[in-house]
Amino acid sequence: MDTTATLFLPPGGSTIAGEVDALFYFLVYASIVMFGIVLAGMIFFGLRYRHRQGDAAAPTAGISHNTKLELTWSIIPTILVVIVFFWGFNVYLKMNVVPKDAMEIKVTGQKWFWTFDYPEGANTVNELVIPAGKPVKLLMSSKDVIHSFFVPDFRVKMDVLPNRYTIVWFEAKREGTHNLFCTEFCGTGHSSMIGTVRVVPEREYAEWLETASNVGSDLAPEQYGERLFVSKACVTCHSLEGKSVVGPPLNGVFGKPVALTSGGTVIIDENYIRESILEPQASVVAGYQPVMPTYQGILKDREIDALVAYIKSLQ
Amino acid sequence: MNTIPEKNFLNATRGWKSWLFTLDHKRIGVLYLFSIMAAFLVGGVFAILIRLELLGPGRNLMEADTYNQVFTLHGAIMIFLFIIPSIPAALGNFLLPQMIGAKDVAFPRLNLASWWVYILGSIFAVISIAMGSVDTGWTFYTPYATETQTSVISMTLGVFILGFSSIFTGLNFIVTIHKMRLPGQTWFRMPLFVWGLYATAIIQVLATPVLGITMVLLILERVAGIGIFDPAMGGDPVLYQHFFWFYSHPAVYIMILPGMGIISELISTFSKKRIFGYTAIAYSSLAIAFISFLVWGHHMFVSGQSQLAATIFSFLTFLVGIPSGIKIFNWLATMYKGRITFETPMLYALSFLFLFTIGGLTGIFLGALAVDIHLHDTYFVVAHFHYVMVGGTVMAFLGGIHYWWPKIWGRMYSEFWAKIAAAFVFVGFNMTFFTQFILGSQGMPRRYYTYMDQYQPLHAFSSVGSWVMAVGFIIMGVYLFHSIKRGRPAGNNPWGALTLEWETTSPPPTENFVETPKFSHGPYDYDKNVPERTI
Ligand code: HEC
Ligand SMILES: [Cu+2]
Repeated sequence: MDTTATLFLPPGGSTIAGEVDALFYFLVYASIVMFGIVLAGMIFFGLRYRHRQGDAAAPTAGISHNTKLELTWSIIPTILVVIVFFWGFNVYLKMNVVPKDAMEIKVTGQKWFWTFDYPEGANTVNELVIPAGKPVKLLMSSKDVIHSFFVPDFRVKMDVLPNRYTIVWFEAKREGTHNLFCTEFCGTGHSSMIGTVRVVPEREYAEWLETASNVGSDLAPEQYGERLFVSKACVTCHSLEGKSVVGPPLNGVFGKPVALTSGGTVIIDENYIRESILEPQASVVAGYQPVMPTYQGILKDREIDALVAYIKSLQ
Repeated sequence: MNTIPEKNFLNATRGWKSWLFTLDHKRIGVLYLFSIMAAFLVGGVFAILIRLELLGPGRNLMEADTYNQVFTLHGAIMIFLFIIPSIPAALGNFLLPQMIGAKDVAFPRLNLASWWVYILGSIFAVISIAMGSVDTGWTFYTPYATETQTSVISMTLGVFILGFSSIFTGLNFIVTIHKMRLPGQTWFRMPLFVWGLYATAIIQVLATPVLGITMVLLILERVAGIGIFDPAMGGDPVLYQHFFWFYSHPAVYIMILPGMGIISELISTFSKKRIFGYTAIAYSSLAIAFISFLVWGHHMFVSGQSQLAATIFSFLTFLVGIPSGIKIFNWLATMYKGRITFETPMLYALSFLFLFTIGGLTGIFLGALAVDIHLHDTYFVVAHFHYVMVGGTVMAFLGGIHYWWPKIWGRMYSEFWAKIAAAFVFVGFNMTFFTQFILGSQGMPRRYYTYMDQYQPLHAFSSVGSWVMAVGFIIMGVYLFHSIKRGRPAGNNPWGALTLEWETTSPPPTENFVETPKFSHGPYDYDKNVPERTI
């Protein structure tokens, strides 16, 4: 069962969480004791030896040191921290040894969203769906700057780098949803680079995977596009109410001319939208930064078609 | 009735040139003091802006991009322009020669150069603000720092230049301490503040060049496209982190060691007690200085460095904690059987003990591998380093300022207002930052412009704390500046302390001492009948 939230920690949703929490709370209590000793010393000495009116200004006791006492207060803390070191190391090892039967999901971080690719072909944006009670291994990399994958409820975190793979694994204990944060500063949208981890029972997972691997087949292109617009994170940068967010609004733009930074204008048509999605840097809209990520390799043709149809329908 | 000596270093010569080109270490110390106070004010305004923006989720005051610049500037200014030079360059400059009975530092011209270089570096930092600012965080992590459109070059160039000012000061202090002590003042008869400065100087000289080189490499990458850190050009971003922390972890001790030195002076003076475990404190400063070079990897437990490296760094991190712990017990033991008074400097020393202990203990959390994985890059870390840097260094600095203020100006501030301000700062600080421990362990990441609703109550409470602290600092600014001209004359030794600087007049003459001082008693001989004590 998940551990419940406490003053300091969110509920623990993974198999490792309990072990991290045990050490965390050991440290909390040990710190309270140590701090208590220091505070008590300050208060007691402060009251007991405070200068009182009329005290003679005579020399005070010349205690220069006391070897036994000093050894005691050096050795006891040393023993304590060595224990904490081994304890922390032990749990860290478990965090790093990936079980052989772990299922693997590819994670890509980029400004400012997460993509999850399942070996079965499904892919999702900002929502990681996993079965309860099965170890999951994430193979992670970044398309631009460094990001960091952090699920507080699971007590796991790992940087996501542009030039190598990093790995994190966990086993969720039961169904529920958990926040996923980016914890390495990555620019304008850093604090909205948030996703969810949805843990579902194993059978439900299999069904989900089945549909997710061929979603949309039963929807009209516009409807499917509308969904993709949200699930592929287009909404984080494009408003549909005419406001400019990170990128230009996309309502009522189809068929209209748009000015580019390179000078010149183009008419927004199907090909232009397709190019904007696959090669966003090829023609950049005047007044905007070239920060739109490419969706090359993320979106399938069918999905691009649906998005084009959807944007077209927004008149 | 105390009087101000007719001729002293403040009025020895007149005119702005006599200040800006002075070779007197005391005047250079005062120049530094005003410079860092200005930096503190600017950094503080940015801090208040951050807390205002975080009062609630979403946009309150500024856009995300502006917010990212504001927290970067808060960090960069507070670290490079304020806290690193604060104690060594301002108080250290003013006091070091007096404490060892010298007329000046070993290289007065180098000393002046250090201040000018500091000003030059600060100008570059300010230019970067004017040119559209920096949004990388004070750590300038690559490849973000290579790609961002903001003026990283000007800022990193500023940091590079500031490094030299720090190196100059360190070099000067090392030679001064070796060569210019009064006959009779052996190493183990020096005040512990001098030991603190010495250990600090070693780190300044050995570590700062690495930061300089790193900044130059970053600039080369941006300007010339030479791939060092950016993988798009064939570089390695984690290499940057190793370089950066190789300096920036020892830099934490550049900030805290001189503060610990001040605390030794304050606790002993206001307890009128020989310092407990002098040798242990002196050696632990050196031990900290050396081990501090071997722990940088604890900033990188989730960076992708090898697990073996992480394990070794974790172990060494615990080792460096122990000497700091020992010092805390030594200070406590110094109070035992003392004759304790609670003037403002002592209040700051006690605040230091209180806050720095919390800062140190929470450091143990972050050193423990498994726990750090959860806490890294959350508000827990933000809270931890503010407890160490503000609860530690700034409290020590404020204690030092209040302690030596009458020596610098010859006049005393209002004790009443000083106590009120100290209370505001202490309470406000804990409100602001203790909440952040809980925010962080609950999962709130740092450097977030907006956040989930569940974190709002604690964020709002923290923001209110920042206002309480601000009130404390405003009161402090008013009574301190008021006292420069209006305070009542303080006398040579208002606290009855035994270190050498209290044997000269307040303010001291340009040559520091009217007659060459003689070493007649140790800095902490409160167990002996020392005639000077009654001055
Ligand atoms: C990280 C923010 C971001 C995301 C996510 C994003 N875009 Fe963009 N997009 C931009 C920016 C900025 C521009 C303008 C600059 C340019 O043309 O590259 C833009 C331009 C466009 C344009 C051209 C608009 C015009 O008025 O000419 C289209 C079409 C577009 N995006 C579609 C999409 C679709 C579809 C998605 C989701 C699959 C998406 N964008 C996701 C930032 C983003
Ligand atoms: Cu990110």
